[in-house]
Amino acid sequence: MTDKTPVIQAKKINMAFGGVQVLTDVDLSIYPGEVHGLIGENGAGKSTLVKILAGVHQPKSGEITLRDDVVNIPDPQTATRMGIALIHQEPLTFPDLDVAENIFIGHQPRSNGLPRIDWRTMYARSAEILGSLGVDLDPHAKVRGLSVADQQMVEMAGALSRDATVLLMDEPTAALTPNEVEDLFVIIRHLREQGVAIVFISHRLEEISAICDRITVLRDGRWVGERRPEETTTDEIIQLMVGRPLSALFDRGINHKTGEPLLEVQGLSRIRKFQDISFEVRAGEIVGMAGLVGAGRTDVARALFGTLNIDRGTVRIQGKEVHIKQPSDALAHGMVYVPEDRQHNGLLMPMSVSNNMTLAALEKISIGNWLRKSREDQYAMDYVEKLRIVLRNVDQPVRELSGGNQQKAVLAKWLMAEPKIILLDEPTRGIDIGAKAEVHRLIGELASRGLAILMISSEMPEILAMSDRIIVMREGMISGHFTREEATAERIIAAATGQTLQEA
Amino acid sequence: MASASDVLHRQQSSTTSLRLSRFREIGIIVFLILVIGITLIFKPDFLRPINIRSILLWVPLVIIVATGEMMVIITRGIDVSVGSILAFSGIVVGMVFRDNPDFNIYLGVLLGILLGAILGIINGALIAWAKIPPIITTLGTLSVYRGLVFIVSGGRQIDPNHVPVDLIRWSQRGPFGLQWLPWVVLIALGVAVLAALFLKYTQRGRNIYAIGSNPDAARLRGIPVETTTFLVYLLTGAAAGLAGILYASRFGFVNPGETGVGFELTVIAAVVIGGTNVFGGSGSVLGVVLGSLLLGTISVALSVLGVASTWQLAVYGFVILLAVSVDALIQRELRRATTGE
Repeated sequence: MTDKTPVIQAKKINMAFGGVQVLTDVDLSIYPGEVHGLIGENGAGKSTLVKILAGVHQPKSGEITLRDDVVNIPDPQTATRMGIALIHQEPLTFPDLDVAENIFIGHQPRSNGLPRIDWRTMYARSAEILGSLGVDLDPHAKVRGLSVADQQMVEMAGALSRDATVLLMDEPTAALTPNEVEDLFVIIRHLREQGVAIVFISHRLEEISAICDRITVLRDGRWVGERRPEETTTDEIIQLMVGRPLSALFDRGINHKTGEPLLEVQGLSRIRKFQDISFEVRAGEIVGMAGLVGAGRTDVARALFGTLNIDRGTVRIQGKEVHIKQPSDALAHGMVYVPEDRQHNGLLMPMSVSNNMTLAALEKISIGNWLRKSREDQYAMDYVEKLRIVLRNVDQPVRELSGGNQQKAVLAKWLMAEPKIILLDEPTRGIDIGAKAEVHRLIGELASRGLAILMISSEMPEILAMSDRIIVMREGMISGHFTREEATAERIIAAATGQTLQEA
Repeated sequence: MASASDVLHRQQSSTTSLRLSRFREIGIIVFLILVIGITLIFKPDFLRPINIRSILLWVPLVIIVATGEMMVIITRGIDVSVGSILAFSGIVVGMVFRDNPDFNIYLGVLLGILLGAILGIINGALIAWAKIPPIITTLGTLSVYRGLVFIVSGGRQIDPNHVPVDLIRWSQRGPFGLQWLPWVVLIALGVAVLAALFLKYTQRGRNIYAIGSNPDAARLRGIPVETTTFLVYLLTGAAAGLAGILYASRFGFVNPGETGVGFELTVIAAVVIGGTNVFGGSGSVLGVVLGSLLLGTISVALSVLGVASTWQLAVYGFVILLAVSVDALIQRELRRATTGE
């Protein structure tokens, strides 16, 4: 676009993790002064690709060219020296160090000729760089306690302090508020004018089309297309990403019979997390909870489940006020929480599938105080069949299962506790499309059996296809409430981002 | 919505954290005054020169080794082998002095540091490159090095008449023959000042904080995590080696079964009381010096008050628990103030 030669070019990149092919013959060329959007579903290989360019991973095969030279990037240090900087999805900062040190760690300015770090120059130059980014941050402030957006700015300043010419941004907006996103875009445009080559990964199509000069779409680790935003439509991009039209996704249909409210939440508040949250979920109903990452949805679920204390508010289950202080209280009232992060909160990875599944219902498989292996296996097998979990046998460590089957195993664990209310947090994050439809079918079945389901999801199609009603959260508060008939993607996004919608 | 109230919150929490980080050093001083005050009630002549001297002679060994240990703990590690390293260096150099009465004492000191560094290198290599957890590694070498002490010495102790008189004098007199400021104290302060400068003004020093604060980020930022980890164990070994010689100077003997036994507990106590975060990332030399001083004062106060020395360990333990509990409370308040968790 602006220049004839790309700053950095990846050719025929192949990459595999533990035998699983994650990138197949992927090409990517980035020109100076361009913002290049990289888009694709979870697991499409976007992060892996930029991590290869940043020296974090080594490709199995393929070639990387920096300006005109074929280069080898064995580690992040080398990438840094070549002027390649990676801004991670979660800011990678040092909370115990101050802003200036976070910017300059590893290449602090020295007093002339001495190995001595020149702190005064470091603070002055930090202030200068932050100023040039238009960021109002004190270089002396400790990074602990800064917002995600501010930490991201610190990382960007770090990249600039090293004179980065290639800036790889891995979902930089995932945890930002709309205003922070706008601020970030101002900075990105500014850097583009200075000739920095930028790769911008995002899930949000509207961001991609707002900021990018070109868009590369990845699907299942393959390059599927390159477009200019002005020459394409959102629908086309989605079709490229998903590989099929949107309508092929699971749809639960409308007009479900609902019963009594099982879960009623009134004025729930927690300092700095969420305020005044009120809603209800009826028997047989799926309530979708939409919103941006960091809007406080997970915190609400955690508070309901008893892993985060509340400051104010009441919770009623089947009409009776309850005080849930810990997960066992929630379980006793028939409420379970299926967390987003299977790896850390949902499963004990090295333990067997059957051990994991029966964890929340140990009394069912024990006689007196003793667990019975035969009963455990029997129960586990039963649920493996019901949920159609694909595995070798129930004694297999759960970490060997695919993401979709792991998610089903987590569901099985909580279903065994025979809950009345299920809080689902991003039930299909990071699992492939086929498995997604399976999980959706399962959730639909649970609702039709009369369970009350609260489903947190950041995926618009999922929210729209599954929910009977939709609650939208923004910055810790409920910013929208839609019935299935009222809900459109535009309305939900508007409520989630606090923008007003121009519509008739 | 970065509203004015957000900004206000942020400023408030940053001043709170500033106040709380200063709070630690002030807290130790307050506690120190408290200990002295209480002791003075029962023993009005507690601050006699002889007791002050006892305190001053108690702290140097701890300060020197605790400075190294602090760096280890900042990197989220631990080194419990320091007592054995101290004994090894003391016994080997003591034997050299015994067998060569004319051996230069400065060369002896250098040899002690070198021996300590070598044992530290073994720890560091196992931890940094073989990736064996620090507690397992140093628990192992704690025994191995102690075993070496017995093997090398044949179980015989180094007696006072084997330790060069000039070396013993380091614990008796200071510059210009000053009795109240022995050389060992100045050596310890020198080590502390060097360590503080190293930690503040060199890239390697800053890397120590960085890898403790966020190891993943450090690796991705291209900070040499392994080399830095290796370095802190090497330095701690060298410090323990130096302390071995000063032990011989201070006590006039080195005993294979006694010297440095349980010393790691005192050292870790000083580091933790000094405000070093046991989860890594932060810690200051000043804190460690004050922590050592507090422990030394408690130790001398207990013996002046006639409390059996067997009680001392229990008292250290209590002080550590107190310090860590106060820390935990502060951390929780900080977290609540900044994130609401």
